[in-house]
Amino acid sequence: MNVEIPALRLKGLTKRFDRMAVDSLDLAVHAGEFYALVGPNGAGKTTTLRMVAGLLKPDAGRIGIFGVDALHDPIAAKQVMAWVSDEPMIYDKLTPLEYLEFVAGLWGIGPATSQPAAEALLTSLGLEPHRNERCEGFSKGMRQKVALAGALIHDPRLIILDEPLTGLDAVSARHVKGLLSDRVRAGCTVIMTTHILEVAERMADRIGVIAAGRLVAEGTLAELRQRNGHHDTSLEDLFIALVEVKQEAA
Amino acid sequence: MSLAPAPSWFARHELRLAWREWFALMTGGKRHRPRAAVIGLVVFAAVMHLPAWAVVGRFADLEAPLDKTSLIVMTATVFLAWALMLSQAIESVTRVFYARADLDLIMSSPTKLANVFSIRIGSIALAVTFMALLFAAPFVDVLVLAGGARWFAAFGVVSAVGLSAAALATAVTILLFRLIGPARTRLTAQILAAVIGAGFVIALQVAAILSYGTLSRFAVLTSDAAAAFAPDADSPLWWPARAILGDREALLLLPAMSLVLLGVVMAIFSPRFADAAIGASAHASSKSRSKDATAFRGGSRQQALRRKEFLLLGRDPWLMSQTLMQLLYLVPPALFLWRSFSDSSAAIALVTPVIVMAAGQLAGGLAWLTISGEDAADLVATAPLSPASVIRAKIEVVLIAIGVIFAPLIAVLSLLAPLQAAVSAAAVAIAALSATAIQLWFRVQARRSQFRRRQTSSRLATFAEAFSSIGWAATSALALVLPLAAAVSALTTLAIIAATWKLSPIRG
Repeated sequence: MNVEIPALRLKGLTKRFDRMAVDSLDLAVHAGEFYALVGPNGAGKTTTLRMVAGLLKPDAGRIGIFGVDALHDPIAAKQVMAWVSDEPMIYDKLTPLEYLEFVAGLWGIGPATSQPAAEALLTSLGLEPHRNERCEGFSKGMRQKVALAGALIHDPRLIILDEPLTGLDAVSARHVKGLLSDRVRAGCTVIMTTHILEVAERMADRIGVIAAGRLVAEGTLAELRQRNGHHDTSLEDLFIALVEVKQEAA
Repeated sequence: MSLAPAPSWFARHELRLAWREWFALMTGGKRHRPRAAVIGLVVFAAVMHLPAWAVVGRFADLEAPLDKTSLIVMTATVFLAWALMLSQAIESVTRVFYARADLDLIMSSPTKLANVFSIRIGSIALAVTFMALLFAAPFVDVLVLAGGARWFAAFGVVSAVGLSAAALATAVTILLFRLIGPARTRLTAQILAAVIGAGFVIALQVAAILSYGTLSRFAVLTSDAAAAFAPDADSPLWWPARAILGDREALLLLPAMSLVLLGVVMAIFSPRFADAAIGASAHASSKSRSKDATAFRGGSRQQALRRKEFLLLGRDPWLMSQTLMQLLYLVPPALFLWRSFSDSSAAIALVTPVIVMAAGQLAGGLAWLTISGEDAADLVATAPLSPASVIRAKIEVVLIAIGVIFAPLIAVLSLLAPLQAAVSAAAVAIAALSATAIQLWFRVQARRSQFRRRQTSSRLATFAEAFSSIGWAATSALALVLPLAAAVSALTTLAIIAATWKLSPIRG
């Protein structure tokens, strides 16, 4: 029997700060899938993804990345994964090219592979004219694009993005969305949180709705509509209905 | 219709901000522990009276008229304090331009900018003067206790020194903006501040070494040549010294002249302050280019980390000025070494503690920048390498940098005194390792630009780092003359480091 190994599998993932942030969350994302995680502020989306990326230790539960236990063997899990947060993680005093050289070095990618990849990424993200300028003078959108290039330079199998479109103008946002779609077509798995429900609606293969640290609904847009009896509604209406039900139940 | 706020309203706002900043500095940013901060401050002030007693206690009986040598020493001390305050004030004014903070809000508001910036210049002057009064207080207290209330006059001189230093710093910084532009002013001002702060002491030491073969800066000040060169007793040059001793005329004139100077600077430079701030803002959004990229380099993941750290350290304006200051402080011992080649002087032993102290302090700063000041902490944390190998690569960077800076001095020393060179090398390594370890135990996640506030995150780490450097400097000096005392000093320093580890957050 050929059992498909999911790109990400969460089992009973739990994290508590002063209140429960993530509550026994079970989730599976298939390989090659574009998965959007949506939810109201404070729902636990970022906390969940930070635990997956190895930036937070869960209180309980398991995280599997392509079958690798990320809590037991974090280095193997990180090797195939990239993380992009809403606050771009770049160095003001490095140029985009120097930044990409550094990230490639961190993931152990040799110059023969990383240099052409860096050039291609800078061109596709419109950063080529700024390749030798230090990032300190860059706008939020340019910084986000540099961070995204850093996430893609090592050709990850799983890309996790937390609100990657925040602060991007329409042209840059389209660039980024196009780049992510290309990666998914090439077999990469993308998991993204977003407040822009239209993006989730148009790009995601499946959508997970999270509220109060729990997955309250999951599926394709059509499945979500069908299950909840809202046949012609937008994701926004559906989302509000789902979240309100959860909040009333709480 | 709303009216533009009055200058007095803005002055109140500035005072409130200054108070909160100072309060945060004292409490380490934790608002709920003011009582601990007050107790700490009182204890610190009380403890500071001991070194103050040792330094100035014996001068409490001094009375006017003074002989020329005493006038020279006293005036030079005031000048040294003024240079340090000028250095501090240049830093403060530069920070106001580049930190942005509320400048955009203020400049977009319907207020008269000249008024607003006059108040801001005034608040910088007050802050510099307040800090100067705070540091001078233990010394003046000792003089008052031992010599009478007449010594309270010294506070007047300190105020005058603070106000004039702030006025001059504002003028210098704005002139720098006009002369060399915002792109270069930041680094130039930091270097200037470092040179001014260290320059006077170093110049005196260099003169003492070249003329008298000693590291003591007082050798020049108390020399017959200085007395012969100095002007007559009624010269305005001696006003600060006379004012400290209670001369009413000088005591009235000095603060009055400083206030006039500050007023003139406010009147002339306030309107230009806005231009400078706009220039700094434009520079912040402009792009600084690096040389055209060369081919990517291969190597291990740790090598990639080390390369990045060295690249960032080389581009860090704070580090440039701080390293320059450390190197400036090393000029006198280096010169002393050079002199000792011809003299074979026994006083060469003094070089070792200076080198060790400098190494410890510089290593602490470097360690904070590399370990805590990680701008892309998430990126490094999500990279496929263990936290231990990340830390190891960062520590290696600190030790390599210290090695590169101090190896030449120790190499020269080894030609003169091989044993002393070996002791110095070992002590430099231990002091650097200790400072790095302390930064590691107290590491926080911060941006590199927050370096100036690193002391506020843990006062314990700051003091431990200073005591460790002093302890290893003392140990190295004693090892050359009194090995048994060196063992005691080493054990004491180790005990301090062990206690620091025990109290550190790394132990949970």
